[in-house]
Amino acid sequence: MLRLEPRPQASRAMIYLSPLLALLLTLGSGFVIFRLLGVDAGQALYAFFIQPLSDGYGVSELLVKAVPLVLIGVGLAVGFRANVWNIGAEGQLAMGAVFAGGLAIWVPEESGVWVLPAMLLLGMLGGMLWAAIPALLRTRYNANEILTSLMLSYVALLFLSYLVHGPWRDPEGFNFPESKLFAASATLPILLDGTRLHLGLPIAMAVVAGVWVMLARTLVGFQVRVVGASPRAAQFAGFRERAMIWFALLLAGALAGLAGMIEVAGPIGQLVPQVSPGYGFTAIIVAFVGRLHPAGVTAAGLLLALSYLGGENLQIEMGLPQAVTGVFQGMLLFYLLACDVMIHYRVRIGRPRVIEGARR
Amino acid sequence: MNETLLVLQAACLTIIGAATPLLFAALGELVTERAGVLNLGLEGMMLIGAVAAFAATVVSGNPYLGVLLGALAGALMALLHGIMVLTLLTNQVATGLAMTLFGVGLSALLGAGFVGVTVAPLPALPVPLLASLPLLGPLLFEHNLLVYLSLLLVVGLSLFICRTRAGLILRAVGESPSSAHALGYPVIRIRYLALLFGGAMAGVGGAYLSLVYTPMWSENMTAGRGWVALALVVFASWRPGRALLGAYMFGGVTILQLHGQGMGLSIPSQFLSMLPYLATVLVLVLISRDGVKLRENRPASLGLLFRPSS
Repeated sequence: MLRLEPRPQASRAMIYLSPLLALLLTLGSGFVIFRLLGVDAGQALYAFFIQPLSDGYGVSELLVKAVPLVLIGVGLAVGFRANVWNIGAEGQLAMGAVFAGGLAIWVPEESGVWVLPAMLLLGMLGGMLWAAIPALLRTRYNANEILTSLMLSYVALLFLSYLVHGPWRDPEGFNFPESKLFAASATLPILLDGTRLHLGLPIAMAVVAGVWVMLARTLVGFQVRVVGASPRAAQFAGFRERAMIWFALLLAGALAGLAGMIEVAGPIGQLVPQVSPGYGFTAIIVAFVGRLHPAGVTAAGLLLALSYLGGENLQIEMGLPQAVTGVFQGMLLFYLLACDVMIHYRVRIGRPRVIEGARR
Repeated sequence: MNETLLVLQAACLTIIGAATPLLFAALGELVTERAGVLNLGLEGMMLIGAVAAFAATVVSGNPYLGVLLGALAGALMALLHGIMVLTLLTNQVATGLAMTLFGVGLSALLGAGFVGVTVAPLPALPVPLLASLPLLGPLLFEHNLLVYLSLLLVVGLSLFICRTRAGLILRAVGESPSSAHALGYPVIRIRYLALLFGGAMAGVGGAYLSLVYTPMWSENMTAGRGWVALALVVFASWRPGRALLGAYMFGGVTILQLHGQGMGLSIPSQFLSMLPYLATVLVLVLISRDGVKLRENRPASLGLLFRPSS
């Protein structure tokens, strides 16, 4: 039998070792899964984890995919620290895309430099508005934000689908459910010729730095950390729980909306029914693997971006379904949570040894 | 006259079809939560159940075997969840999310070879004599096995939870695990059993979707029904009878989604598809508004970790 012995103090080493251990376990399980699927496991793992990064273009694609994951992950991490479980980032992303894309479609071809900043703000506003609903329902009516934020995700995705199938469909688009292509002034400039690397990268880096400073140096960041470490202490210190819920949801919503704007104004360049391959859900994993810290989230964002590239490459190279990506992502979070046990407990195997007189 | 009856009948069948998978998942989760365990992996377990049931039916040709395998697959997922939250004491919310994300991915991988395949749906089993009643016969007595089972389950669980000693112990474990432990009840084992039951029922709900409701397999076909079932449990105040009411209300909302345009409503289909999700939010708000009452009904240890003292 497995037995858990509490550690007198949380193990700091395990906090950082746990993600690595989880990654190793995921790789091991991936090996087994590939064997079960009847493919050369070594070759499949190579195609998943190494080959996508073998040239400069691959690395640039990794960064392109990491940008939305890191942006959303940082926002969610702040919320998770404060025990606010926003799992509706996918919908907040879609609303950000809708708000920003609406402006891009509406402005004439030749518009000034004001368009992109305006889209940026609108994207954040869209995500914030969508996240404000679960915040209102939680603070005012006590409704569980896990369920409401997720339900609203479906609503947002359906709304986006309605827009591109209906009023915002490109009249010259051969009836495809897509908006017209955004004009150059409404598209994020490319940083490196020959790649899709766009202005979203420095924006995401600035956001990471900003949230880091916020958490480490400001009162609101201090409150977030206290609420996470000890909700009761936060109560006695007089931190208002409602304000914390609002703050966590609005911040995550704004960043998810920003990610949505960056996706449609960057790699996609128009509004389509599916602006994200599930970044909003994957970002939950990013936040946990990144230990709810901006620096960790950045590293985790890169790792999970690789899981998207790996899945695509595996499909091209070996004809395996792209769903492999989801399995790897799910396993990673799973193993991580299991390994996290060792932060607070020592795992012992066998019956407890009772030493006379030594028991508390 | 005859036509109106037919429309009415079709509507009732739609309600039952949409409600039954929700009812299974919600009843299972209700038992799990009565033992104090929160299973946010319900969506993933339904998906795994759906794909396992569908694959088993395609391979064996027997849909009943499919349902059984769906239940088994759901229970296996629940076992995994149990090892995490009951033995390794991981956070129940985070682990539930992991189960759902993992279930979405794994079911898509397992089902990749079954997209586009169709199966003969679960056959209807008319109750002898009663089914030949005019009007009521086809409405009440011409369903497949799972519909009857779901209704029996409501009655059975109501009696089990409120009228039996085992039900009392289940509730004790959910209300105060430390008291139950002190009285000598194996809290962790009971929680495992409740969780396994919940997983199996989620699997059956998924099986209903892939074997009766559609009947086919497509990626992410539950479309949030696992989460709706979680909301239904809150709506039901953790009582089986009310879960039945809630599930059938949601079935009613689905009518608009499926037949709204046929009934001459000139609303884009996407808005009609939003209705079940919006209804879930609305119901949650209405039921959660009274915080005191909600706390009274909710199993007191729901979602909290419990480590036996020795």
